[in-house]
Amino acid sequence: MAIDFNFTDEHDELRATIRAFLEAKSHEDAVRTAMASERGFDDAVWKQMAEELGLAGLIIGEEHGGAGFSYVELLIAMEEMGRALLCSPFLGTAVLSSNALMLAADETTQKDVLPGIASGEKIVSLACAEPGGRWGLEGVQMQAALSGDECSLTGTKAFVLDGHVADVLLVVARIDGGIGLFRVESDASGLRRERIPSLDLTRSLATLHFDATPARRVSAGDASAALERTLALGVAALAAEQVGGAQKCLELSVDYAKTRLQFGRPIGSYQAIKHKCADMLVEVEFAKSAAYNACFAAAEDAEDFLESAALAKSYCSEAYFHAAAETIQIHGGMGFTWEHPAHLYFKRAKASELLFGDPTHHREVLAGLVGI
Amino acid sequence: MAEQKTMSEDELRERTRALLAEVHPEKVDSVTFRRKQFDHGLAWVHFPEGHGGLGLSPKMNVVVHDEISRHSKVIHHDPPASIIGIGMGAPVVLTYGSEKMKKEMLPKIFSGEEIWCQMFSEPGAGSDVAGLAMRAERDGDDWVLNGQKVWTTVAHLSRWGMLLARTDPDVPKHDGLSYFVLDMHAPGVEVRPLYQITGEAEFNEVFLTDVRIPNELMLGKEGQGWRVAITTLMNERVAIGGGGSKKKGGGGIAQLQKLWNERKAGAHSAAQEAILRDRVTRCWIDHELLRLTSQRARAAQKAGNPGPEGSVSKLAQAEMNKRMWETAIDVLGSDGLAFEAGYELKQTAPRADTPEQLAKYQFLRSRANSIEGGTSEIMRNILGERVLGLPGEPRVDKDKAWKEVPRS
Repeated sequence: MAIDFNFTDEHDELRATIRAFLEAKSHEDAVRTAMASERGFDDAVWKQMAEELGLAGLIIGEEHGGAGFSYVELLIAMEEMGRALLCSPFLGTAVLSSNALMLAADETTQKDVLPGIASGEKIVSLACAEPGGRWGLEGVQMQAALSGDECSLTGTKAFVLDGHVADVLLVVARIDGGIGLFRVESDASGLRRERIPSLDLTRSLATLHFDATPARRVSAGDASAALERTLALGVAALAAEQVGGAQKCLELSVDYAKTRLQFGRPIGSYQAIKHKCADMLVEVEFAKSAAYNACFAAAEDAEDFLESAALAKSYCSEAYFHAAAETIQIHGGMGFTWEHPAHLYFKRAKASELLFGDPTHHREVLAGLVGI
Repeated sequence: MAEQKTMSEDELRERTRALLAEVHPEKVDSVTFRRKQFDHGLAWVHFPEGHGGLGLSPKMNVVVHDEISRHSKVIHHDPPASIIGIGMGAPVVLTYGSEKMKKEMLPKIFSGEEIWCQMFSEPGAGSDVAGLAMRAERDGDDWVLNGQKVWTTVAHLSRWGMLLARTDPDVPKHDGLSYFVLDMHAPGVEVRPLYQITGEAEFNEVFLTDVRIPNELMLGKEGQGWRVAITTLMNERVAIGGGGSKKKGGGGIAQLQKLWNERKAGAHSAAQEAILRDRVTRCWIDHELLRLTSQRARAAQKAGNPGPEGSVSKLAQAEMNKRMWETAIDVLGSDGLAFEAGYELKQTAPRADTPEQLAKYQFLRSRANSIEGGTSEIMRNILGERVLGLPGEPRVDKDKAWKEVPRS
């Protein structure tokens, strides 16, 4: 099936609405305040995103209080959030956890948790990766312990988005020779959560320690396929976010190159700078093709979705990092200062490149899928 | 172009069937069929009546092709040597040529009886074509031309050439050019093959020594050659920019993937294999993204909202091709040391009977991709200036008479 890349007028309107909202609520000062705050984001903005824009429940079905939109709308939202460097539990809660619940959890859990996500009341984190640092399910070592009907978890989960503030934790662990999804309450015994100082200040990560922590298994049978898809959906969404960031870096660079004068003329008139910008443009356009393709494939449930997600994450990661790195270079000394936002994009770019698996990992996945 | 007429698709199909009733592609040769196709106004339906068309929208051309392919197993496609004549020669003759030129030249361009070539580039004028030096001096009703052209495709087969020459060296470079149609058989025209990196000669050098061109074969007015050339060059960008294979994993990448999958066991260590596999995968990604970006560009164009996605393909494709074939040679490893076809200097391409040989040929040929039709450096300038709006470099030749500007 050929993807038509067709954005409707409604899509353009959605984009404009989100952009206007984020320009008001996630301008640079707001980002700096949020990233320095204890929770790592502005609760009031998150509430508004949920209640006024319906973003928290964007892809959650209407039966669970969500907007029931597809991954095309999601890609637009992610792109805009990436552009604005929004500090928010959106990726962890509204994307990863919502998908995990919708794909892998039983109905009771869906009914119990999804409406809370959609209303903005519940922050939910998916805990999958472990200190070993592998992002695929193959990296999951944690083994769920069963005694009668009781289930408990022991071990460590790493790089958990918003794990320090989550109201509900969804933990991936091994059980019955397969993979299961487990629900852990934030006040469960034996649970210790610590926010880690992160390279990217705009996205907070936590390490979660479990010591015979009571958990409830919410998936039936082996949830490997459902969770693999969940992770791929996270990857596709993150790729769209990377596109938004890369596009913004290109714009910052071009604007600066037009106005910064050295040797009596704008630095953008020198080919050394102009060609950097042109190369960024090519990569940003290719990154759009990659991320849009993956998200349209998700929306249409295309056969090659896993392939397109791996492709998008590997390409968009590098395109964003390159754009952010060039943004510093083009801004010269200014770009190296704390005061200028270039470092915020640079750190977000590198962190999102490593998050959910780096480009070499995803190229390896892709190579396997297409027979290279 | 004259005002557009309308005709229903059915009527156009009927006219096409009338042509097929008179001559059928399965029964006659290409020239015979295409002459009749021209006479019926079905060569280019967007051209005016009497000049190979019916004054319809260019979109209607596909209807004619479709109807012909419905009724004939044999299709007389545009002859490969006629691509320049059809793509650039016919439009420029139609727009700027005299009635006599249109009548005499257009049918033979379409039928393939007369091949056309284009002579803009010179040894001293590559990216800066408008700086070219070939002189044309007026002598009575003729112009007398002296100088050299280069990179001229099919010049050795051509009957006519489209040519830019300098008629006034005392004004800034763009203002002193005029556009001519040159009889390639005229005395003083010498065509020599230009052997390239692969040993073959896809192009020629053309030397003009006191060649006379009658004034009536000037297209546009004296000094307006640049404007006429722009029309021709715009058609070239369209011809080259196309971008990407139609199918996922098809085209060049399929060949690289095949080479990779059939690589010689033991030629590389495990660590080398991991690195090479990553490089092949990168090529696969670039190839796929070129395809998707072209698809996105078409979608945007259809929606009437074309953006920068349409402008990046030429640069991206050129650079990708080079990387792809470099990777192919590295996959071959030490087998890349041999060039089985040899470097015999001749006009045709070296033999490439196996995927390995084809890869070696492409490895060499692809170097031209980032030079021909606009170097990658020029493409980056275009993207930077026209798409991103960055200021141009200061031009030292802008207001100077051409003859005052330093040349290499």
